[in-house]
Amino acid sequence: MSFIKNNDLHEGGIIREAGNATEYSTGDWRTYVPEFIADNCIHCMFCWIYCPDTAIEIDTSGEKPLMKGIIMEHCKGCGICAHHCPPAAKGNSALVMVREEK
Amino acid sequence: MEQKLVALSGNEAVAYAFKQAKPHVAAAFPITPQTEMMHKYAEFVANGESETEMILVESEHSAMSAAVGSAAAGARTFTATSSAGFALMWEVVYIAASLRLPICMALVNRALSGNINIHCDHSDSMGGRDAGWLHLFSENAQESYDNSVMSWRIAEHMDVRLPVMVNYDGFIISHTADALRMLPDDAAYDFIGKYKADYALLDVENPITVGPLDLTDYYFEHKASQLAAYEKAAQVIKDVSQEYGDLTGRYYDFAEEYKMDDADLVMVMLGSSAGTAKDVIDEYREKGVKVGLLKLRTFRPFPNAYLAEKLAGRKAVCTLDRSASFGGQGGPVFMETRHAMYGLQVPVHSYIYGLGGRDFDLPQVATVIEDLQKVAAGNKMQDVNLLGIRS
Repeated sequence: MSFIKNNDLHEGGIIREAGNATEYSTGDWRTYVPEFIADNCIHCMFCWIYCPDTAIEIDTSGEKPLMKGIIMEHCKGCGICAHHCPPAAKGNSALVMVREEK
Repeated sequence: MEQKLVALSGNEAVAYAFKQAKPHVAAAFPITPQTEMMHKYAEFVANGESETEMILVESEHSAMSAAVGSAAAGARTFTATSSAGFALMWEVVYIAASLRLPICMALVNRALSGNINIHCDHSDSMGGRDAGWLHLFSENAQESYDNSVMSWRIAEHMDVRLPVMVNYDGFIISHTADALRMLPDDAAYDFIGKYKADYALLDVENPITVGPLDLTDYYFEHKASQLAAYEKAAQVIKDVSQEYGDLTGRYYDFAEEYKMDDADLVMVMLGSSAGTAKDVIDEYREKGVKVGLLKLRTFRPFPNAYLAEKLAGRKAVCTLDRSASFGGQGGPVFMETRHAMYGLQVPVHSYIYGLGGRDFDLPQVATVIEDLQKVAAGNKMQDVNLLGIRS
């Protein structure tokens, strides 16, 4: 007896597509958003390492990796990147949390 | 097919059956009366007769968790437990079935605590009857062996992919030496076949996620998909059993029909007690009483249509449960058999017997047959009766 059209689609709840979490937008959960100030950025990659999601865009095409900005589809506005940005110690943070206007 | 006649305990026979499948992994934690099965298995591994990786875990919850992890990784996996050990794995037992992992398990039936009792009853298995596993019951060492060999083929069949537990009575079958025939190793492995997993975490070419969060929007569809598997499982059990019969000469179905052809009075039951019942049935048959026995082999999936067909037209039916569903109407065998009999104009009543290993003896069976005769003559029995208890 079959209760739904395609049993195979749902068997075991196994997700057979690797990495499909990238398709799931979590960006609309935000209240605060990090503003990226490129001039202050030293491209240390701390924000990328600390981001609990995958919301930091890095350009790896050149000799050294460069921080390009925030991937808004996945940034939940947790503020961890801004908290860890090293230039902030000198008052020139490359990432500043601002209230997002919707 | 040449099959050696040997004398082994149920635990030993099942250890051999599992060894013959050449499982990759076994998760082991001891509990009476299962322990000797894993002891025997550990002997095989220590002697180099088996290459199974044995993981000696710290509890039964861990044993099932290790089995789930191993099976999800893509390994042929088994474990074994009883009673409170099974109860301790309860959370993970549901997961094994939901993730469609073909884990095989020996469940050596022992009463659940409290109070602490190490002897046979079916409360352990029945406590997990809704978890999604397939439940096979065995009367003796031969059936324990045969069910264990077949369990791999049933579990791993692509239409099924569900875990299977092979039940056999604690101490009565697990510890007593019995005569049985075993397949030669090669023949058993040929029958069981090489393991082919539907999915495997170790298959890095096809990365997957196993056991993700599943909320209100999709959980129900996943369960619907699982529900659809049990009817297929019933057919696979029939087919595999037919093939096994052709190979060994021992044929199995959803139940054993003992003197059922012209039976007016029928007993429905599980496990080793059926052996005792058969002796008394023979006695009454000699006196001209048309009594028969349906010894259920598959409890899950429950053979509803099969029972409805076999019980139609009888004069009186009774069920014997070696467990109770507290707050329900008697025991699981009663409730499910009566459900199968819905619409039949056949009186059915039940007994609960043998809890905590209380001996099930010939006089008790005689009482049951006398009661069936009274019902057939028009008397009424209480729905639930206790058999073999001090009054």
